[in-house]
Amino acid sequence: MIIEIGHFALVLALAVALILSVVPVIGAARRDAAMMALAPVASLVLFGLVAFSFGVLTWAYVASDFSVKNVWENSHSLMPLLYKYTGVWGNHEGSMLLWLLIVVLFSALVVMFGKNLPETLKANVLAVQAWIASAFLFFILLTSNPFIRLDPAPAEGQDLNPILQDFGLAIHPPLLYLGYVGFSVCFSFAVAALIEGRIDAAWARWVRPWTLAAWTFLTAGIAMGSYWAYYELGWGGWWFWDPVENASFMPWLAGTALLHSALVMEKREALKIWTVLLAIMTFSLSLLGTFLVRSGVLTSVHAFATDPSRGIFILGILTLFIGGAFTLFAWRAPKLKSGGLFQPISREGALVLNNLILTVCCATVLTGTLYPLVLETITGEKISVGAPFFNLSFGLLMIPLLIAVPFGPLLAWKRADLMGAMQRLYAVIGFAFVAGLVLYYIENGGPVMAAAGLAMACYLMLGALADLWYRANFGKLAFNVAWRRLAGLPRSAFGTALAHFGLGVTVLGIIIVSTYETETVLEMKQGATAEAGGYSLVFDGMRHAVGPNYTDDQGHFTISKDGVVVADTWSSKRLYTARRMPTTEAGIVTFWFSQLYVSLGDPMDDGGIVVRIWWKPFILCIWGGCLIMMLGGFVSLSDRRLRVGAPSRKAKVAKPVTPVMEPAE
Amino acid sequence: MMRRVLIAIIILFSALPALAVNPDEVLKDPVLEQRARGLSAHLRCMVCQNQSIDDSNAELAKDLRVLVRERLTDGDTDEQVLDYVVSRYGEFVLLKPRLSAKTVLLWVAPIALLLIGALTMILFVRSRPPLKTVTPLSDQERARIDELSKG
Repeated sequence: MIIEIGHFALVLALAVALILSVVPVIGAARRDAAMMALAPVASLVLFGLVAFSFGVLTWAYVASDFSVKNVWENSHSLMPLLYKYTGVWGNHEGSMLLWLLIVVLFSALVVMFGKNLPETLKANVLAVQAWIASAFLFFILLTSNPFIRLDPAPAEGQDLNPILQDFGLAIHPPLLYLGYVGFSVCFSFAVAALIEGRIDAAWARWVRPWTLAAWTFLTAGIAMGSYWAYYELGWGGWWFWDPVENASFMPWLAGTALLHSALVMEKREALKIWTVLLAIMTFSLSLLGTFLVRSGVLTSVHAFATDPSRGIFILGILTLFIGGAFTLFAWRAPKLKSGGLFQPISREGALVLNNLILTVCCATVLTGTLYPLVLETITGEKISVGAPFFNLSFGLLMIPLLIAVPFGPLLAWKRADLMGAMQRLYAVIGFAFVAGLVLYYIENGGPVMAAAGLAMACYLMLGALADLWYRANFGKLAFNVAWRRLAGLPRSAFGTALAHFGLGVTVLGIIIVSTYETETVLEMKQGATAEAGGYSLVFDGMRHAVGPNYTDDQGHFTISKDGVVVADTWSSKRLYTARRMPTTEAGIVTFWFSQLYVSLGDPMDDGGIVVRIWWKPFILCIWGGCLIMMLGGFVSLSDRRLRVGAPSRKAKVAKPVTPVMEPAE
Repeated sequence: MMRRVLIAIIILFSALPALAVNPDEVLKDPVLEQRARGLSAHLRCMVCQNQSIDDSNAELAKDLRVLVRERLTDGDTDEQVLDYVVSRYGEFVLLKPRLSAKTVLLWVAPIALLLIGALTMILFVRSRPPLKTVTPLSDQERARIDELSKG
């Protein structure tokens, strides 16, 4: 019974969403306060209904109600409780419901935090959010209903895909979706601004926190996915340029560009039209990502053609929203007046360069991902576009961007002095060069590109610190005065510095691990020793273990350095019994930022077993950098200026001796 | 979950998720082995989704790895090995497609977009009125500022 109520709540939600899609827009056009006032109430009701429906599905999972087809297909009574919860979105139907839940959650958040948004803008934004919600409600109800019953109900479920029975992957989708779908708010704001034909710095100030929040979550989601792939897939790769990864990376690139262009718009009222376009593009890429992943088109064009109903539906949504938004843009954008002028060499100019390169990077990933599909559809010829292509093209594009990163914050708005910024960075460049050489020396050489990469990473990290150094004016003022100035800097300044520093840390990790990683593949018998990264590993033998819904063959390794035992680890091959599906659980030992990664291969006839050992120097920097970037996002989000719904600036509470006149970042 | 499709494929085509190069395949000559690894990273496992033969455990990937090593031991250059593999399996096997009529758009797109973007920016900047140059402060104004900043 409760299952049917959950289903019914979803139908009711569709009705509410449809009303919400229309009435407030008319209200805004007619300046009818009553009609506009419907928007916040209906948005909260919509959220309540979808949340209830989601709750019902969760209940069905937790209670192992196998009369629900979705639960039977993706759950098992013996599965640990945590995975019963996360199993809700570990399948197509449930994940679409989660997608929808997050759309309406963001609408509800706009209602809660947007108390002082202009009435018409708020009504339009909530209505556009409801358009998206309606489209996905139709999609779920017509093609992906999670509430379908089975009669008679099976006694036992088919278990969740073992790969998904992992904490990292369990929290990966919600994080990713918070990012993906969070950009829907930016999209809604952009479309609402186009409908109204008016856009100003206040608009950018309202949009920026949402962009920042979505970007931060997306960064977290992608980093989480990458780390998961690293430890779970068993060969220590952390990024594969797989189309599914690209699908989440493209909105991230566009979102990063949006984050920076919204800054220009907020500060200088320039780049208005571009910012609106970027907001539309970012969410369009999120929709495209959803299409690519959900339609099965990536597996093969043919698989898509055999069961196209879902794919066609999302393609329809995609066309409708992207096409509609771009048409609206072409029609209304010329009405938006462009604002602030600036010279090419200025903070604005640097941010435009950032946008240009990030957009081209994004376009490159997009062409690379879709090219084989399009070519095959048109000519029937099959080609592959894989990691070697992306590493080359994306890598080359990143170089000028990375060089520009430390310059940006040091340039003044409107008109800047490039030589002046250069002089400030002399020390940074010098330090980076030396640091590159030192690391190069410590790691006993390597390709010249490695030294250059190391220097680049140091340059980024030191450049971020230099920004704070100069803002606080450490060189010129007395230390304690400068220190107080530093403490008085707006939080967003720290946010920027952290994010840019994090980027440097990630680059450092990528460069070192791709240059100095070692791989040892060998057959080991009990008691055998292998060397990796200056450590020796002794294989102590295998044991058999049984988990709640799997069996494990575990190998034990003792790790020592210079004859002293420093660690030990289990590396196992696991078999999930319900699906007869094997997985690897690599043994990973962390030494500072570096890791030893031990993975078991096939057993040999003579009693030995194939063992693969990787030494991954500085690998944790890759995700550590992402964490720092996220931290930067949150710190920036806590800036009083951006506190959602508080665009009106209050008088500064802190009164430093030297008035802080630094522009907020 | 975003990778479900990929994973399903990986699992479908791997007897066990143990991976890639096995000790018995490794060539004695470390230089040749290094070249073989480099080439393997550029060759697609034909039955997997977006995996190189270096990463894949599929039988076909193993056959290809062995084939690449055989050709290398026979004295082929890297280019000859790739040519040979392409002649047997088609362009599909290359993870970095070669520049040809059908891939020209793929290769040119990034450069073209960068140029178009830069050009648009330059034209846009040119089309706008230049910023007025700032006249330096007069002594009087400077004195006034000093006065104000003291107070």
